[in-house]
Amino acid sequence: MSGRTLRQVALAGAGLIEQRHAAVFSPPLSQRLLGPAIAAGLLAVLVFGLYYTGFTASRLWNGLDKLGFIVQFMVPPDPGKHLWTYLHALGETVAIALLGTLVGAVLALPLAFLAAKNIVPNWIFHFTWRRGLDTVRGVDILIWALIWINVVGLGPFAGILAIAVSDMATFGKMFSEAIEAADKRPVEGVTAAGGGPMHTIRFGVLPEIFPVMISQVLYYFESNTRSATIIGIVGAGGIGLHLADTIRLNEWQNVSFLIILVLVTVMAIDRLSTRLRFALIGKRQAPS
Amino acid sequence: MSRLLAVTADHAAIARLEASYRAHQAQRRARSVLFFAALVVAVLLSAWMGEVDLVRFGTNFHKLPNYLASIMPQLRLGSLGADLAEWYWGFGRWFRLLMETILIAYVGTVLGFIGAIMLCFSASANLVRQRWVIAVSRRLLEIQRTVPEIVYALIFVIAFGLGPLPGVLALAIHTTGALGKLFAEVNENIDLRPVEGAYAAGGSWIQTMRYAVLPQVASNYASYALLRFEINVRGASVLGFVGAGGIGQELLTTIRQFYYADISAILLMIIVTVMLVDIGTERLRHYLLALETRP
Repeated sequence: MSGRTLRQVALAGAGLIEQRHAAVFSPPLSQRLLGPAIAAGLLAVLVFGLYYTGFTASRLWNGLDKLGFIVQFMVPPDPGKHLWTYLHALGETVAIALLGTLVGAVLALPLAFLAAKNIVPNWIFHFTWRRGLDTVRGVDILIWALIWINVVGLGPFAGILAIAVSDMATFGKMFSEAIEAADKRPVEGVTAAGGGPMHTIRFGVLPEIFPVMISQVLYYFESNTRSATIIGIVGAGGIGLHLADTIRLNEWQNVSFLIILVLVTVMAIDRLSTRLRFALIGKRQAPS
Repeated sequence: MSRLLAVTADHAAIARLEASYRAHQAQRRARSVLFFAALVVAVLLSAWMGEVDLVRFGTNFHKLPNYLASIMPQLRLGSLGADLAEWYWGFGRWFRLLMETILIAYVGTVLGFIGAIMLCFSASANLVRQRWVIAVSRRLLEIQRTVPEIVYALIFVIAFGLGPLPGVLALAIHTTGALGKLFAEVNENIDLRPVEGAYAAGGSWIQTMRYAVLPQVASNYASYALLRFEINVRGASVLGFVGAGGIGQELLTTIRQFYYADISAILLMIIVTVMLVDIGTERLRHYLLALETRP
């Protein structure tokens, strides 16, 4: 033993360890090539994408140069004479987000029960219903806004309806997943005590999924505030109209003021919804 | 006698318990009533601000089914092939635009992923000691994700010109903010024992990150990136509304010009694409998350 360092002892046993764990030290070739092959494929698509979307050094350089000028023009942020117009549009934005989220959540509740496997145990119905919700969800809020403008005209009401419809489908899917994951025992208890199907839902299922629903609705309120800031680009109310207009007219000081307004509002609503979630369900549960 | 005393004592205790229960319930009820009152006030205020007009909604609601019916294509059983061909007369062009949309989403997601990896470590409270570094990184990520990508796209279209390039950049910035926050949260939840082990075995900082941190977070990173890719495909489908590439421009034109059958044709293509991406990424995510839980 004397004269041999710890390292030499370890190295002497290395061969034996490699033999015993062959799968770790020399995996089959196909397995070793899988990682690099995936990486090479992803990289090839990326390179093609960069080429296709026009990433050339000169274009990037010119663009960044122009962007630098724009940022210079942006300071100091200044609303000009439109402060009250902008604040009113901001109020509209928050109103759109709040009403859209609430109406969406209320409409989603019955849809979610119909989409839950354990409430309606018919797989054909389940499948069509879920795909229906997916279809509504697959259409972006801006497109829904364009459709609703055809129905109720330009203005924030169309924005509210657009967010409500889109959220109805999103919540419908999320709530139904929560219902399916709910504990069965309270339901069985209510049934055993002689409750009908509505009793089961009211006293067996709802208390269980309520915290999950509240947490998701509050999370979406914040996310919808962001959507509501851009919905005005197509004419459905809120601050987006002014954002698009001032950018097109190169009024950069107004643009930066509007962006700061949006930033502060969304951050405030983020904090508010986190605190409300904490107050209502008592724990910081991340929406899944 | 003593039993009687005990019973009265019990009565008193029960009465006290009941009183405190009632008080507690009353307090809870008061809080609920207050909360709902606030909610009702907020809803009424929002309805007033949002120009909610239920009469107009009622009288005009029939326009929605009418509109949806009018964008439906004319498909007759007798001439199904010809009708389909007429409905999808622009298939080649739309398909190319759809591929462009997916490519914008992909490049934007990858660039945003790289940006998020560069920023997420300095935003993790357990990996950095300097508080100001954490605060600065976090604010930066917050600004990147709070401004909607369409607003970035509007500005970038002016700076970089029309086309997919401003769309990619807008998605990349928004994705950096969104993923950076999630990655930082993943970093903060890692097990620090492997880190200590790698450090104790003489590993450098880079080796420690590579062999102790990365194996713990890689599948989560990939899973979040896939989720973001799906969201970005959705987002890229409307980037064209402001001239930032993809199928959005075409869709906006057909809606504004009332090319009814074209609207449903393009919408159907977008919906199917989003659904396929949704299903595909979900499969991959489940596979990745299963890899992580393997011992």
